[in-house]
Amino acid sequence: MDLVFSLLINGLATGMLIFLLAAGLTLIFGLMDVLNFAHGGLFIWGAYTGVWFYQMSDSFLLAIMVSIITGLLLGLITEKLIVRPVYGNHIQQILITLGFMLVLQELIKVVFGPDQKAVFPPGWLQGSFMVGDIVIIKYRLFIIVLGFLVFFLIFFILKRTRIGLIVRAGVIDKEMIQSLGINIRFVFMLVFMVGAAMAALSGMLHAPYSGVIYAEMGLEFSILAFIVVVIGGMGSFTGSLFAALLVGLAQAFMAYYFPALSLAVNMLLMATVLIFRPQGLFRVKG
Amino acid sequence: MEAIIQTEDLSISFGGHVAVDSVSITIPSKKFTSIIGPNGAGKTTFFNLLSGQLSPTKGSIFYKEEEITKLSTTERTRLGIGRSFQITNVFPNLTVLENVRLAVQSQKKVRYNMIAHFRHFKQFEQKSYEILEKVFLLEKADSKAVNLAHGEKRKLEIAMLLALETELLLLDEPTAGMSLEEVPAIIDVIKQLKQEDDRTIVLIEHKMDMIMDLSDEVLVLFHGELLAKGKPEEIVQNETVQSAYLGGMYDEKQLT
Repeated sequence: MDLVFSLLINGLATGMLIFLLAAGLTLIFGLMDVLNFAHGGLFIWGAYTGVWFYQMSDSFLLAIMVSIITGLLLGLITEKLIVRPVYGNHIQQILITLGFMLVLQELIKVVFGPDQKAVFPPGWLQGSFMVGDIVIIKYRLFIIVLGFLVFFLIFFILKRTRIGLIVRAGVIDKEMIQSLGINIRFVFMLVFMVGAAMAALSGMLHAPYSGVIYAEMGLEFSILAFIVVVIGGMGSFTGSLFAALLVGLAQAFMAYYFPALSLAVNMLLMATVLIFRPQGLFRVKG
Repeated sequence: MEAIIQTEDLSISFGGHVAVDSVSITIPSKKFTSIIGPNGAGKTTFFNLLSGQLSPTKGSIFYKEEEITKLSTTERTRLGIGRSFQITNVFPNLTVLENVRLAVQSQKKVRYNMIAHFRHFKQFEQKSYEILEKVFLLEKADSKAVNLAHGEKRKLEIAMLLALETELLLLDEPTAGMSLEEVPAIIDVIKQLKQEDDRTIVLIEHKMDMIMDLSDEVLVLFHGELLAKGKPEEIVQNETVQSAYLGGMYDEKQLT
């Protein structure tokens, strides 16, 4: 029982990190049909700047803020300089964002050095506690709680605010939202920035979770995020949470019970969803 | 008579096909103007030019004497041009109320205050309910738009257009694809709009009795050209128009 439970916690924590990365991706794709392969670059920059600040100041919470700010700024730059000129052209988008991803990855090595860096959770999040005979690792619980907080915050914004309604409607039909006199470009820039900030936050939280950061982890992790976007339904925010948790849990359980399958399980999940529900688990577009 | 929209020599062609051919018209402010013409006459294309979905190959468009030819759809909506589409255009996965709220909150007056949404939220909802009442959709407020009957979707569309509070309403065949029972309800809605007198309405329709009943002026498009204009009773009498509808003009045009 305690084994199942700890696999569960493990899977949920991984799932939350993937969710934070995938949520921005799915909204960016849904709203503007932009395939942003540079999303993993925002993830590593969030991780490195956050960790840099964390090691300098020794304040984990402030470091999280720093990574979020990095994400916002980098998101702004990426949207303005990289994505904006190639709206509507998928091939150009793939080429330029993938290229920018590599640039971001190599710049990490230039700025922070090419070596892997070890990162530990702050003292107050180290170790574990017992509930009955179940061991709960504090940092994993922290990730899960924070992930849910971010989910509910954004969920609330989407449901109960003006800008949220515009974003949801824009995902369904962006031409029509323009004929209502709404400047979708501006809204999209905001969404891009928030998505980038979530990616950066995901990177920062991932650092002490895996214990080590390196420049290539962005690309590796963003593949999971793309799988999640497909499974959850492109453009669906709630779908990305469900799909990310599903992928996280599948990976955690497979890695223990069928280690040979643990790498393939995500692809299998995606293939299954594509066969039976090509639009993803949650359909958004009309 | 004050003009709200004026076109000069407005034309658009797709490849070799001229869909709208040198149309110069004036649409009077605060009146009800209808555009009729056989299928493929260029009526919807003409609307697309007015609302900015398409940009003309040549010619210009003026809104209240200011040239708007180069402006985007968004900018034109902000100036006060609202339009409905022949194919129903609502957001299927949002509720009826949310669809209207979206339009309410994108009005000129409130648009630039994105952050202050919490204070106004109740106000927006209130306004949305009022508009839904006007178009007789109040009891459907919480249904998803995708689950509405076709006629109800058209009403919702008109509700959204109303919520925008634009001075000019372009209605593209609001009764298209409706069952006969649904039509009178839409006509009621349009009549009600007509009574709110600071509004200009331009309607594309095929149902002649509806045109006769509502219009102050009728424009006839045929093969992309303006064939006739006048009061509804004059148009019905007009021989060129009659032959256009009966197909006579078509042959003549082919020969020349």
